[in-house]
Order: sequence, then structure tokens, then C-alpha cells
Amino acid sequence: MKIAIRLAALAPAIVFAATAAFAQGKLNVVATTEDLASIGREVGGDRISIEAIARGYQDPHFVEAKPSFILKLMKADVLIVVGKELEIGWLPPLIQQSRNSKIQVGADGYLDASLTARILEIPTGQITRAMGDVHPLGNPHYWLDPENGKRIAKDIADKFSQFRPNDRAYFEQRLADFTTRLDAAEKGWLAKMAPYKGTKVATYHRSFPNFAERFGLDIMGYVEPRPGIPPSPQHTLDLINEMKRQNVKIVLVEPYFDLKTPNAIGRDTGAIVLVMPPSVGGVKEVTDYFKLFDYDINLLVDAIRKTGAGK
Amino acid sequence: MRPMRLVCASVVAGGLVLGPSTAFAQDNAQSIQQQIDQLRREFDALKQQYDQRLSALEARLAGGQPPPTTATQPPSPPPGGAQPTTAPAGAQPTAQVPPGAEGAGGPTGALPVYGAAAASKIFNPDMAVIGDFLGAAGTNSVQPDPFALGGNHPLPLQMHESEASFQAVVDPYARADFFLSFGEEGVGVEEGYVTFTSLPGGLLTRVGRMRAAFGKVNSLHNHVLPWTDRPLVNYNLVGGEDGISDAGFSVARLIPNPWLFLEATGQVFRGDSGAEGSPLFQTTRRSELSYVGHLRAYQDITENSNIDLGASYSRGHNGLLFDSASPDLGSRVTQLYGVDATFRWRPLQRSIYHSFVGRTEWIWSRRDQEDGLQSGVGMYISGDYQFGRRWFVGARYDRSDRATDASLLDTGGSLILTYWPSEFSQIRGQYRRTNYALGSAADEFLFQFQFSIGAHGAHPF
Repeated sequence: MKIAIRLAALAPAIVFAATAAFAQGKLNVVATTEDLASIGREVGGDRISIEAIARGYQDPHFVEAKPSFILKLMKADVLIVVGKELEIGWLPPLIQQSRNSKIQVGADGYLDASLTARILEIPTGQITRAMGDVHPLGNPHYWLDPENGKRIAKDIADKFSQFRPNDRAYFEQRLADFTTRLDAAEKGWLAKMAPYKGTKVATYHRSFPNFAERFGLDIMGYVEPRPGIPPSPQHTLDLINEMKRQNVKIVLVEPYFDLKTPNAIGRDTGAIVLVMPPSVGGVKEVTDYFKLFDYDINLLVDAIRKTGAGK
Repeated sequence: MRPMRLVCASVVAGGLVLGPSTAFAQDNAQSIQQQIDQLRREFDALKQQYDQRLSALEARLAGGQPPPTTATQPPSPPPGGAQPTTAPAGAQPTAQVPPGAEGAGGPTGALPVYGAAAASKIFNPDMAVIGDFLGAAGTNSVQPDPFALGGNHPLPLQMHESEASFQAVVDPYARADFFLSFGEEGVGVEEGYVTFTSLPGGLLTRVGRMRAAFGKVNSLHNHVLPWTDRPLVNYNLVGGEDGISDAGFSVARLIPNPWLFLEATGQVFRGDSGAEGSPLFQTTRRSELSYVGHLRAYQDITENSNIDLGASYSRGHNGLLFDSASPDLGSRVTQLYGVDATFRWRPLQRSIYHSFVGRTEWIWSRRDQEDGLQSGVGMYISGDYQFGRRWFVGARYDRSDRATDASLLDTGGSLILTYWPSEFSQIRGQYRRTNYALGSAADEFLFQFQFSIGAHGAHPF
């Protein structure tokens, strides 16, 4: 009996030793969005395997908590989340059912990518749901600024190194390489957008504040009357009048929103309606974080030139 | 915040002191203005510094990171004893131990002051309240209360339930969830349990009072149902609105396999479930526990559609004594068997506009009574289609024997229209026709207003 008890007591240690021995395989990473997965891939290279939960063409606020995601989370060493309550409607039950202590909120394997990023639209004063589905911690669409991309990459590299200290140099070298390439690309994007600084646009949801701040767009209104509230006829009319008054010629719509109202606004104001992906995977061509900006900026510049909106 | 107040006071005091001096010479006005501006700048700088410290602290807490390791120097002891002192933001307020305590075997240095930190609110659980208002029109002579099993008081309008939820992480190993259900009279713990999230062996363990994992509908709270009521089979065979809901243990484990999500759940309860007056399970002895077993298989068909299958079993004592002369023999047993299937379709790129959920459950009841074994069966099948961002239409067919007399068969059908003003409220109308085995058919129009305040809950799946 005593031997059995001793064996039982030893079992966790044996299991731990065994897993530690095998643990130096690839670090298993799950990211909630394809943007974070893309940055994670840049930093982690072939020392990690990474997959995303939400697809880039789906609304990241409304992902279904499917049990198949539980299977992914169950095996994860690291979970990277956008944070700022973007995933509040679906991630908590998945984490809870993952049976994985490593990725519980606050555990070592849980990485909130927003902690060092520049966050905009942090509400001040009294906030209520009369403002719609407002994010009390600030706008969670912060990855659409390459400067934040670098900050996210740094946090990810630190997290990977924490789990794989032996690969620290590898991750840091890849981080440096990613940052250098992103710096160069950002210069190009900024140069492309420079002539059109201050161009006024309307967007469907508040997905683009960081993008607008970095690349000099002026977002003058939203198709949604409040975050998460579908367009109302009166608000649409007000937006049309305001767009006409300010001569706004571009409406940006995320790939997961219905185009009926934006198209009606376009017809009435002569504005071009652009389906602009806010995420990697939002359209087929956008397969990584660099291509996301390439695509969005080319789309914008073409439209601005076509409409003369930048003048 | 005291330094902030001090600065405010000094700004005001400075203003008062400086104020009269302006009377002496107009020339001084400019220099006074400069001094005020200087003070204002200093005040703003201090304010900004505090804001930054506060947001850093909030970020740290939100990220669950440990507090800063940089030690703060305890301030020099004030004369006259142990006054609590306000430490810089981010540090625990401390009080100095009175001189002499050390010699008397007391502690030395600074002691933490508890209850002083406003940050304690951060650890409050996520709280929300969901209101469920129900109404009914039309006639139903068999079941005057349209939403309760055996209810005989006509309740055309009722604040059916106000559910308060409190949810938080307990410690690194567990989280707790409480759902208190306030009826128009009285309060009940609908659920209240601790979940151990990181047990070895992939076991997800719950302890407390909970809705049992028998089939689909039994485990759902009212506010996530696609109808205003519950299917007939749940009223007739599975204990009504409360269903199998009891105090006990639950252990769920995923069964690893390369093909699909497979989860087995085993639950042990005290043995008291169902509606008051007509219990499903009722104990007469301590040993009369009830058990629930559930096997769930889930598979994505495409990225837009999936299938969810379940098989359930439950066994408990029904409180009917074998022999009323010798109650020690205990009571008889009711057994329930169930199968359920759910098909979901939701196109990812238009997920907020269109979806379809089709579901069905079949339940068999074997109830041992004085007059012999009653074997009843019941089922429902329903479909709900979302045709706009805010609009859902649904239909349901019901059919169920009664548990106590399986020769009595009730059938029914419903049509449902739901409107969502926002994610946080819902208005629903339901036309329901029920053909009761005894008594005349009932045609009813049921309606519901549902609204939630507080923390953003998880979307139902």
C-alpha cells in the first residue's frame, strides 16, 4: 500500500520530468486573431507553431465559442490575445473549458498584447451602454498602427524567450529583423500617404483610429450610430448631409459588414465604398501583417486619386 | 490622493496670499500671474504624473502582473505614535509600529494597513443583472400559469426572473460563478459553483449547485433559450423550468481522439430536483443520491457549420416510498434517458446577420410508482433562423407523454419572432398552441422583454 502511495505521489514528478524532456519541441502558440498570429510567426519562426482562432474576415467581437477551439487551447503553451475586451463575448468560456492552467488569465502563458501598445479612445468620465457596445478600456483595434506592431512583436519575443530561454537569441534576432523590415516598409507607406494627409473619410465601425492617426486620415463620421448598433435611417441621413457638407468621398467598410447602407451613402454622396480589411486574412491577398498595410494603403491611395478626395 | 489635495490647497492658499498683494502695485500683477501660471504648471505636471502612475497600475492589474518590486522607503515615524501614512501610488499604505513594541516581543518596522486601498474594488467579481419579463394572452384552462409546471394561478404579466450573476477568479486554481435568481417572491441560487480549471488529467471539476448536464435545454438558463418557455417534454418529464438542478459534484473530461471533440461528464447530486409540489427527484434518505452522465460529441462540418450530438442518462429517487409502513426501505427510482442533436450554420463573413440553429431532443422516462412502471417518451424539434442583424424567426414542435401517467400525451407547436434592439436587450413574441390529453386545447400569445445590465457576459453557443 505504502509503495502505491509513494508511486502516486511520485507520478506528477515523473509526468513533469517526461513532459520537460519532450517540451523542447516547438512552442505551441494560439493567437485569437490572424494579425497576432502573423506577428507571432515573424518572431517565432520555425521554433514555434502558431494558429489563430478568429478568421480575418469575421467580426472579432462575435466569434462563436466552438468546442473545436477548446481542443486548440488545451494544447497551447502560450495564448496571445488582443485584449481591451475585444474577445470578451467568446474567449472566457473557451479558456475556462480549456483545462489548461498555462493559459488562464494571469498565468505565464497568457499574453495580453495590448499592454504596451498605444491605445486610443479610452473613455473618460461616465460611460454607459447608451453609448453602444463601448469598450471601457479603449479601442481594441490598435494593431492597425505599425508602431504598435513593433510593440506587440517585442512583447511576443519576450514571452517566447521566457518559455524557451535557449532560443532567446533566435527570437531577438528575428524581432530585430522584423522591426527593421517594418521600419522600412512603414517609411514607404507614410511616403505614399503623405500627399493625402488630412483626407476625410467615414468608416462603418470604429476599427481604424490607430490607422488614421498613423497615416493622417481624418475620420469624420461612422455608419454605425454607436459602436455595435446597426445604422438607423436618421443617422444615415445625418451622415450623408455631413459628408456632403465636408465633401467626403470615401467610406471604409470592414469585410464583415453589410454593404447596403454604405452603398446607399455612396450613391447619395458620390463617395467610393471601400471594403478595407482591418485584419490579416480579411481578403485573400492579405496573408501577413506587411501585406495588410500594403493592401489597405494601395486601396486608399487609388481611391483618393480617383475621387480627388485628398484635395 | 492626499498630496493632490495638498497641492490643490496650496494653489488656493497661494492665490489668497497673492491676491491682496495685487492691491499694492499694478506692476506686481504680471509677476503674480506668472507665479500662478507656474503653480498651475506644477500642478498639471503632478496631475499628469499621478494619472500615468494610476494607468500603469491599472495596466499591471489588468495584466495580472505582480506589483512593482521596487521597495518604497517607509516614511520616518511621525511623532506621537502609529499614524497611518499614505504611501506613493502603487504601494501598500503602511503604519509604523509604536516604539517599544519591539522590546515587548512585537513586530518591527512598517505594517500594512488593510482596507485602505481603493484598489480592492478591482477584485470585485464581474456583476450583471438580467431581467426577464413575461406576458401571456389567450386562454389556457389546463395550465393557467403559462410558464410553470402545474402552476394554477393565472399570471398574465410577470417579472418572471431577475438573475444576478457574480463571476470571478478565486485563485490560480479556480474560478467561481454565482447566479442568483430573484422571482417575484423569494430568491434562489440558480447556480453557484466553483470550477477547478487546472486539475491534472484534463478534468474540469465543479462543486456547488448547478444545472445538470442532461441534454441541452436542461443546462440552459432562461435568458439564452430561443423561446419564451421551455419545451413540453421538459415540463412533463424533466422537472419543468428548474429541471435537474441540484447541489453536487461534476467532473468532465475530454476523450482524446483524432476525429472529433468528445467530452464525457459525470455528476453526482444530493437527489432533489424539479418543481415544488411535483418533484422529479426527491430524497427520503441520505444515500438516495442522483446521478447524471452525459456524452457530447462535436464536429465542425465546414467553417460555417457544425454538428453537436449528445447522449444523457440520469437516475434518482422520486420520493415515493416502497412501503409507507417502513420508510427505512427508501423510495422508488426514476430513470431518464436522452439524446440530443444540434445543427448550427453561421456564415463567418456575415456572422452577425445570418444564422440557423436546428435542434431536437428525445427523452425517455421510466418512473417507478405504486401502480407500476410508467414509461413515457417526449421530444421537441425546433429551428431558429436569423434573417437580419436584429431579427430571428423560429418554430418548434412539441410532443410528450406525462411522467406520472404515460398514457396521457400532450402535443403542441409554437411560432417565435425575436427582435434584438442591441446585444443587451431582446423582445420576443411566441404563438403557442397546446393540445392537452385532458381538457381543451390552448391558444396563447406569449411575449417577453429581456434586458441585461452590468458586465458583458459571454455569448451563448
